[in-house]
Amino acid sequence: MVCLFDCVILSCFYVIIHLVYKVGDVLLPGDVFSFQMPESITDSKPEKVVCGPGLRRNGDEVLVCKSGILRHKQPNLYWIDSQQRRYVPGKGESVIGIITSKSGDIFKVDVGGSEQASLSYLAFEGATKRNRPNVQVGDLVYSQFIIANKDMEPELVCIDSCGRANGMGVFGAGGLLFKVSLGLVRRLLAPQSEIAKDLEKMFPFEIVVGMNGRVWVKSKTIQQTLIVANLLESCENMTAQQRQTLFRRVADGSI
Amino acid sequence: MRDTPLSNCERDFLLKAIQEKKRLDGRQTYDYRSIKISFGTDYGCCFVDLGKTRIMAQVSCELITPKENRPNEGLIFFNIELSPMASPAFEMGRQSELLVKLNRQLERCLRNSKCIDTESLCVVSGEKVWQIRVDVHLLNHDGNLMDAASIAAIAALCHFRRPDVGIQGEEVTVYSTEERDPIPLSIYHMPICVSFSFFQQGTYLLVDPCEREERVMDGLMLNTCLDIITMALVGQGADNIEDGYEHTLATSL
Repeated sequence: MVCLFDCVILSCFYVIIHLVYKVGDVLLPGDVFSFQMPESITDSKPEKVVCGPGLRRNGDEVLVCKSGILRHKQPNLYWIDSQQRRYVPGKGESVIGIITSKSGDIFKVDVGGSEQASLSYLAFEGATKRNRPNVQVGDLVYSQFIIANKDMEPELVCIDSCGRANGMGVFGAGGLLFKVSLGLVRRLLAPQSEIAKDLEKMFPFEIVVGMNGRVWVKSKTIQQTLIVANLLESCENMTAQQRQTLFRRVADGSI
Repeated sequence: MRDTPLSNCERDFLLKAIQEKKRLDGRQTYDYRSIKISFGTDYGCCFVDLGKTRIMAQVSCELITPKENRPNEGLIFFNIELSPMASPAFEMGRQSELLVKLNRQLERCLRNSKCIDTESLCVVSGEKVWQIRVDVHLLNHDGNLMDAASIAAIAALCHFRRPDVGIQGEEVTVYSTEERDPIPLSIYHMPICVSFSFFQQGTYLLVDPCEREERVMDGLMLNTCLDIITMALVGQGADNIEDGYEHTLATSL
């Protein structure tokens, strides 16, 4: 009797790990990912699936390697939306860095990762060997990664592929820099960001958002800058409704 | 690992905000962050949360031979450890200047104020006394370590119970907690440290600086209250001592 019981439990166990997950489910590292094809794409040949961040291919299966919510984008992109505070440099991402030292032809920039990134002085708009950019130690720069992998030192540039600054470069006089989690930053930068829309209704301010979790804010008075900074930091763990109530309360009470 | 450097714009903004008498989290000049004290399951284990700064203190005791010049008194030993989980600037095993300063200030605060009756720790004069050891661990650094460490240490000492001891002739028996109830230490008063940070060449003081305010301050003044038992003036701007006294009395009352 006991042996039969054991066998039944074992077979149940093997069945469970091939559960079907739906978009919006919470997944944990180690789950084997198999999914249901949505009806809309059964017409085309559905064989190719793109694995985004948090998913990894392991032979024939796709394994989850970060805990978070499963998201899907048409036509075939799946990824795990996870939350973390520590930034890992990725190619093409725009970040806010702090210049820590100048040595020869390059600046060393702290971006919050495990290593400091290097930024060449020629990587600014209109910079030549004779015309050096006006960058001091301790300045803030908004720049993009051109090299960012685990084998090499990360490199930043302040120009795009056409040689134009496009909003990048040194900035920051008079504002406040603070740190938030990476998830909040992604929510702020999303195309239809609700947080950004709610904030716009408060009062005018300038904001620079770096993918490394750093946000820079400047408003007309110091009081308003502090208000915006504190509101953003508190948006982290609030639902949309709580956030709107808070913003309304501040807007009524503020000067 | 290196700590995040302070950018020029942060420094300028903080100093300008302080000039307008505004602090980052909306506190007033003499406001403390909310303090939460909680105790662990063991006697002598205490957690203190001062805003986001988090410190743990643990008290333990053992029987040792006393010093030769003081055969009737027990010993108290303090040890502060800066754990690398508190801040990327702290590295394990390295004696930094901050650590030495904190240790020295905690010793002055608790040992010189004679808040603990060391003679009550004597078991057999000249042979066996209790040595009380206070270990303070820093778990998260968000400014004002000294205040939190002193609160944690004194709260842990008040919470601690030492084992009961029985003496029969030459024999000394230490009873366990099951046999006899442990005894609390005899503590006369509770000295607590209050930190003031200087700005604008010593003319402006702020209580309980958070980590960013600490980075841009001119100097730090550490007082042990209720009376001004010890005072350490560190940094520039330490000239306006009279102002310091007035402010201290105002805050401590």
